[in-house]
Amino acid sequence: MEAFLQQLINGIQYGSIYALIAVGYTMVYGVLRLINFAHGDVYMLGAFVAYYIIVGLQIDKHPSVGNFVFVLLMCMLVCAVVGMLIERLAYRPIRHAPRLTALITAIGVSLLLENGGIVVFGADPKYIPTIIEPAQAGESGLFVSVGQMIMLVVSLVFMVILRFIVMNTRFGRAMRAIAYDMDAARLMGIHVDRVIALTFALGSALAGAAGMMVATFTSVKITPLFGLLPGVKAFVAAVLGGIGNIPGAVLGGLLMGVIEAFVGGSALTTYRDAIAFLILILVLLLRPSGILGKAVTEKV
Amino acid sequence: MKRGGLRTILWFGTVLGMIYLLGACKPLQRTGGTVSTTGDIPVGVYLSFTGSTATFGESTYKGIQLATEELNAQGGINGRKVALHAEDDRSDAQEARSAVTKLIQRDKVIAVLGEVASSRSLAAAPICQQNRIPMISPSSTNPDVTKVGDYIFRVCFIDPFQGTAVAKFAAETLKIKRVAVLTDVKNDYSVGLAKYFKETFTQLGGQIVVEKSYSEGDPDFRSQLTAIKQANPEAIFVPGYYSEVGTIARQARELGITVPLLGGDGWDSPKLVEGAGNALEGSYFSNHYSHESTDPVVQEFVRKFKQRFNGEVPDALAALGYDAAKILFDAIKRAGSLEPAKIRDALAQTKDFPGVTGKITIDAERNARKPAVILQIKGKQFKYVTTIQP
Repeated sequence: MEAFLQQLINGIQYGSIYALIAVGYTMVYGVLRLINFAHGDVYMLGAFVAYYIIVGLQIDKHPSVGNFVFVLLMCMLVCAVVGMLIERLAYRPIRHAPRLTALITAIGVSLLLENGGIVVFGADPKYIPTIIEPAQAGESGLFVSVGQMIMLVVSLVFMVILRFIVMNTRFGRAMRAIAYDMDAARLMGIHVDRVIALTFALGSALAGAAGMMVATFTSVKITPLFGLLPGVKAFVAAVLGGIGNIPGAVLGGLLMGVIEAFVGGSALTTYRDAIAFLILILVLLLRPSGILGKAVTEKV
Repeated sequence: MKRGGLRTILWFGTVLGMIYLLGACKPLQRTGGTVSTTGDIPVGVYLSFTGSTATFGESTYKGIQLATEELNAQGGINGRKVALHAEDDRSDAQEARSAVTKLIQRDKVIAVLGEVASSRSLAAAPICQQNRIPMISPSSTNPDVTKVGDYIFRVCFIDPFQGTAVAKFAAETLKIKRVAVLTDVKNDYSVGLAKYFKETFTQLGGQIVVEKSYSEGDPDFRSQLTAIKQANPEAIFVPGYYSEVGTIARQARELGITVPLLGGDGWDSPKLVEGAGNALEGSYFSNHYSHESTDPVVQEFVRKFKQRFNGEVPDALAALGYDAAKILFDAIKRAGSLEPAKIRDALAQTKDFPGVTGKITIDAERNARKPAVILQIKGKQFKYVTTIQP
């Protein structure tokens, strides 16, 4: 029972990171019907920005809540700008081209970011110095590290804020209108280009926050290919929840994290990474619209 | 788009995504920088100067450089200097193959030194064998490496011995009975070492309470560690590379696992404690040599190395790189010829060579028989604990 709960906590915590990334996939898909494969690499950039700020300003030597918030906001800002640039330079010029063109462009952007990352940051792994030493724990009970708690809480806060933005602001309404029908939205006087740019900024900022938190609180090694697998898994999470559907992305992310945690802890531990693809194939075969997605006929 | 468009586009995305993922696992080709000095005898070196195990390549190359500079300062071999041609394989097996091909075909090297990682040595060795160019791996411990053919040598011990050494140390010195094993499934070295450890440890009366695996690059090991904790082991054997061990150790401590971790020579890197912080204090790993040894050969090497590389203390990989280069030069001298076949024969006859990592004799399987040392991590330093004889 204890192991079950511990795995559940591990899964929800890591799932919240998948959810943060998946939300970006799903929002972009919602407005543009584009799978932005470069999204995982924006997450990688978030981790590198965190690394350079923390090491450059020696924040690991002076940890404080204010400093963390500063690093988090900087990562989100940089990633938001990068996200908008990607949209402006790569996707906007081909917005009216066939979807396959956009998809291939997305893969190109992703490869550019990864290999550009190898040139700029170098291929050798980097570590953010240990900031919070793991607490010495007792003999039994459940263990949630401070870092895990922070990641979970911050992710949840961001999701609530996102929900508010999408449902209760003019920008959110414009975004939903574009997702519903881009041409009609334009006729209604919605500044489509600006809303799409802001959608990329929002999604990228969340991916940047996810990258920053994983890099800072799990002391994982950061490499330019750091975003590859999490990006693909988050994409699967978005499809699982129903791509284009924001609560679906959150649900898919959490489910994905929990499933992975249980597979990782079971006898099938070797298949931990494969499970994401198995899920993807099953969803596509059985319910391509995902758990929360509506099985609607697509508009012309 | 017509009905069912969503399904089509998602399938497209899936297939493209998978192709792309495969592509990204093998990054695009990039020409490695050739470090070439003018000289007579071209010797090839392929190592990981960048990538996930960059310190392996850097350390080994420093050892090779030191040996080469010493040789050239003394006039080289029969008046001919040795020129090193180094290629970076970026910690990637596929790149290792092309690096070795380049060295043999473009640089016309007469012998090749490399790799540290067994997966990369295994990828490149068949090319050396086909071209009949002797290859000496300084530190690949997987037994299959030298089984590729009669041109493939190594100057380090092999995993059946290393696994046995750690198992003996755990059972006889630490007197523990219950060990969990956490293996990197994508890594030949890790899988092999885990296998030999398990064999010996169970023979000595110990019990493997649980076995879990991960793959290189994973950010999260908590689910495996939670299962390991549940099995309540007295130690966890993690035969991986330093790049993941630090993260594993940290997450283990965060889950309240307090037992020591055990590992092999893949832990040997200055970056190990950088990733781990204090989480590895009190853990043990096996290695090829300790710089704290009082053997005059070791002390002389440490002194020269520090002098050459700004006071840096050589790790085992540097020592093995040094030994590998020295043994190659010794064989070239004895062969009295630059013909690869003659160098191969001379290498095979290497006997009692006084290396930094011990007396090196190449056996019939082209492996070196040598003792292993056990080191403990204390105060973020690697401290000598004991030596285990073969």
